[in-house]
Amino acid sequence: MEPAAVAAAVRLAVQEAVRTLRSSEDGGTVLSALGRLQRFLGGTDAPALPDEQQEFARLHLATVLRCLVSRLSPAWLELLPAGQLEELWASFFLKGPADQAFLVLMESIEATEGPSFRLMKVAELLARFLGAGRLTAVLEGQCRQPQEPAFPLFQETLLARLVGLPDLLGNQLQRENLTIFLPQNYFPLLAKETARALGTVVDSLRGGSDCSVSFVSQVLGKACVQRRHKEVLGVLVPQLTVLTEGSCLWQRVCWRLLEQVPDRATEAVLTGLVEAVPGPEVLSRLLGNLVVKNKKAQFVMTRKLLFLQYRHKTQELRSLLGYLALDSQRRPMLVQVLKELLETWGSSSAIRHTPLEQQCYVSKAVLLGLGLLDEVELRASREELLASLMAGVSCRLDSSLPAARRLGMVVAEVASARIQPEGPPLKFQYQDDELSRELLALATPQPVGDSPSRTSLQAASAPAETPEKGALGDGAPQTQPQGSDSEPDSDDEFVPYDMSGDKELKSSKAPTYVRDCLEALSACEDWERWEAALRALEALVLRSPAATREVSVELTRALLHLEERTSVVGFDGLRQRALVAVTVTDPAPVAEYLTSQFYTLNYSLRQRMDILDVLTLAAQELSRPGRLRKAPQPSSPGPPSWPDNAPAPAWRAVVEERIRGKTRRFSRGSARSIPAGDPNSFSAVAGYFFFPLIQRFDRPLVTFDLLGDDHLVLGRLAHTLGALMYLAVNTGAAVAMGKALLEFVWALRFHSDAYVRQGLLTAVSAVLLSMPAQRLLEDLPDELLEVRSWLADVAEQDPDEDCRALAVKALLLLQKLSDKLLPLTAP
Amino acid sequence: MAAPPPPSPDPQFVLRGTQSAVHALHFHSGAQGQGCPLLFSGSQNGLVHIWSLQTRRVLTTLDNHGGQCVTWLQTLPQGHQLLSQGQDLRLCLWDLTEGRNAVVDFVHLESMGFCRGSTLAMGQQRWTLAVPGKGTDEVQILEMPSKTSVCTLKPEADAKPGMPMCLELWQADSSSRPLLLVGYEDGSVALWDISQRKVCSRVACHTEPVMSLDFDSQKTRGVSGSAEKALAVWSLDEQQALQVCRTHEITNPGIADVKIRPDHRILATAGWDHRIRVFHWRTMKPLAVLAFHSAAIHCVAFANDGLLAAGSKDQRISVWSLYTQT
Repeated sequence: MEPAAVAAAVRLAVQEAVRTLRSSEDGGTVLSALGRLQRFLGGTDAPALPDEQQEFARLHLATVLRCLVSRLSPAWLELLPAGQLEELWASFFLKGPADQAFLVLMESIEATEGPSFRLMKVAELLARFLGAGRLTAVLEGQCRQPQEPAFPLFQETLLARLVGLPDLLGNQLQRENLTIFLPQNYFPLLAKETARALGTVVDSLRGGSDCSVSFVSQVLGKACVQRRHKEVLGVLVPQLTVLTEGSCLWQRVCWRLLEQVPDRATEAVLTGLVEAVPGPEVLSRLLGNLVVKNKKAQFVMTRKLLFLQYRHKTQELRSLLGYLALDSQRRPMLVQVLKELLETWGSSSAIRHTPLEQQCYVSKAVLLGLGLLDEVELRASREELLASLMAGVSCRLDSSLPAARRLGMVVAEVASARIQPEGPPLKFQYQDDELSRELLALATPQPVGDSPSRTSLQAASAPAETPEKGALGDGAPQTQPQGSDSEPDSDDEFVPYDMSGDKELKSSKAPTYVRDCLEALSACEDWERWEAALRALEALVLRSPAATREVSVELTRALLHLEERTSVVGFDGLRQRALVAVTVTDPAPVAEYLTSQFYTLNYSLRQRMDILDVLTLAAQELSRPGRLRKAPQPSSPGPPSWPDNAPAPAWRAVVEERIRGKTRRFSRGSARSIPAGDPNSFSAVAGYFFFPLIQRFDRPLVTFDLLGDDHLVLGRLAHTLGALMYLAVNTGAAVAMGKALLEFVWALRFHSDAYVRQGLLTAVSAVLLSMPAQRLLEDLPDELLEVRSWLADVAEQDPDEDCRALAVKALLLLQKLSDKLLPLTAP
Repeated sequence: MAAPPPPSPDPQFVLRGTQSAVHALHFHSGAQGQGCPLLFSGSQNGLVHIWSLQTRRVLTTLDNHGGQCVTWLQTLPQGHQLLSQGQDLRLCLWDLTEGRNAVVDFVHLESMGFCRGSTLAMGQQRWTLAVPGKGTDEVQILEMPSKTSVCTLKPEADAKPGMPMCLELWQADSSSRPLLLVGYEDGSVALWDISQRKVCSRVACHTEPVMSLDFDSQKTRGVSGSAEKALAVWSLDEQQALQVCRTHEITNPGIADVKIRPDHRILATAGWDHRIRVFHWRTMKPLAVLAFHSAAIHCVAFANDGLLAAGSKDQRISVWSLYTQT
């Protein structure tokens, strides 16, 4: 038959049937019309000719389906008994070409407003459609090259519908939504169907027919862009991992699939893929040489994931770098990336301006990359790598943040051992923590291979290891084999005597006078005596304040210049406690001496920082409430209005007793004793501690330049000033101190060292806490405004996390302060 | 559940009156059934005191070392004969039978060191004596009572172990070959086969000189103390190779003497830190730290019935009874 005649015949038949369907209310007529239409779908006893079927599917199916949906109503379905009509109706959607049925279903769901009978029926049908695996048919239909060129708008719509299904259904059905339409269920299903569709593609390729996976790529890309990569790739990747193993055709299909992902979705897909694969081997199998072919993919893999983001886990980094190392075409890229990573690691500006987590991330990448390079590559770029590494190490060791220093040390040790295995190994002293252990673990060059097998191996060997360790742990069973001479174990009944008195023996007597200590410490060659004096000093000073005051400055000088010549355990603590005790006993002269020494020549940074520590600790001790009561010091500088402490309680007790006897109380509750107030001993001497320190920070000495290299001390100074300010709360000097401190902060606010900035922020908080609110507002309104804007700036933009947190805290304090002042100033 | 440990014990009694630092102690259980148990003590001023453990008084004082320190005392298995080694370079053999106290013989020593000698009975009347020899690193073996020099044990030229610091002669039950354990100045312990005049095995136990050692021939396990803060326990295997089993850390450095009790159950050390330490010999579990003396302890000794004596620089001898009842 002629094609034109076929078309006309089909059109005629369909038009008639549709007309009947539209108008008829009689069950028999409808049934026969549907029966006539069904012939065109095939599968019945007397199917239509294939040409006719094609013509129907191409031009008329959508019309018929739309018509069917529009007729859907309870009354219509009851035209025939026992749900017969509904079954027939549904079969049109489930048996016919899937893409059109899907589109019509989606369209009608979108068009129907609000929950209704029709909406629910259609939704249920869609659920059946999904459940019957018809999505595979939809995807397959797009993969098979149709005879006529694909209609882009149609594909576009289909794509949007496929990926947007959960959203649309959610919006339309609201609370009536079915579980299959929820994203967490739908996307895994979509992934499963995708894998099946790809299976068909592979089969038909084997059969020699042409296929295109570009539509599937688009679906994948769109789903990933919509942040559904976990659901989709979580299902798809394991399946593909299995399927691509040992099958070149599958690998090629897979590469093609990822190549054809649209550019704007590349990042989302690749990121998701790196997260989802178990190891570099699999990644390499799925991706092929995509990085070499596709610029966008190259940018994502070699720059974005490594330099611009730092949220990925170590395992993902391992997959990524391992992927680059696995193929000879990609290896130059690995070397290049490693060089750039090390350059970033070593750049001082990067160290100052990137957050610590990112530095850790880059460090991990560097170590992993170094582990992957082979000897030849290492030798070729050794000089370059070493230069960047050393630059980074020296910058980090200069840093005043302990975490950054430690990072520098660990990476330096590990990386230098890898780059230059024959040279003498670098060895730093640092405390082990989780990060350092992880970094050290990264250093061991791992054979490139599938990591799951390795991890499972480790998992298998781990339990075997533990009992062995347990046996090693306690010494008792270990000695058993030696005592194998089966002697009766009655000896074990030997009960040990008390051995608590077994202490280290000290041969010399501790000095009993402060002056003796001073003598022993300043000019003594008898080291045991020297040590005994050091150990005894703190207690002696606290016991005899008067004697200490006579020699306080000499004693301070001796202690400050004390060197640890014998390795006394806890030397630093002993010396510091002794210094603090002396300072507390005689605050004014000693503080004056210490602060003056802080700015003189010929001290080491260590000594200068010791001075700061001692001042802080002494101030803390002086300002501690209840200090005087605990250690009554008759000659301490107390207020003269209270000449005698002792008799006061006696007369007070008598008076209170009398009051109690003559007073009738209506309620109990106020009998709680309020802790007695004490004068703050720091109040009188706060100035001696504070002002000499803050005055001279900007005058560099030959050996000591606070504004230059010695920023560690500057940071410590800022912290100390903040602490002193905080301890001077409620004292007369607080206002003057606060003004000076704010000026100090203002001068240094843009310091490049994070530790200094932290100190400054602490100091600001201390000012806000210690200065009376009223005075703050009256005396320093402009400064407060400036501080506020600076704090807001820091809270938003500072690269250091601690700085940001401190700034936010200070802002909160400021806010509280203004809240407190407003009700006062309003009336 | 765990009861607090019993308080540290006190000495059973204390012997005073040597008027000089005590450097050597030796128990003598008395000849079979006759006489009471005795304790010999040798002191800095060259005197040897014989104490009765019944009356706790000095029975006799022997003086034949010219005021030089007595460093070693040992009775011979056959009857009342006592050996005393002094810094006057003489080793005297005393006859103490029936209240006599006369020097019957002496051996001239050639080394000024503090190394104590060692004896081993070889037959009814014969015994072997090991003493430091003429050269600084030599040990001399004498056949007694004939005083014939059997041999001189000199380490190989390249070994350089330093002076011998302590000696222990012994003989395995299964063989008749006498063996000698020597603790050297460099902290090593060596096992000499006397008949072949060669070192069977040598092991570095300490980093400081070995001050004292004792050997348990039943368990073929020995213990040594040195100037450092650790005791070393070493063992001898069938191939006569020494190996260190373990070291045991102690609080203060310096062990002047170490002795295993004759029943091989506990051992005691004499510490420079004025303390006696008692350990369980098999497990090396610390059992007691006896702080009685006020100066360094120079020697410890065990009696056959388990009594422990310690002699100190503070001129006192403390006698303890620990873990004796079984």
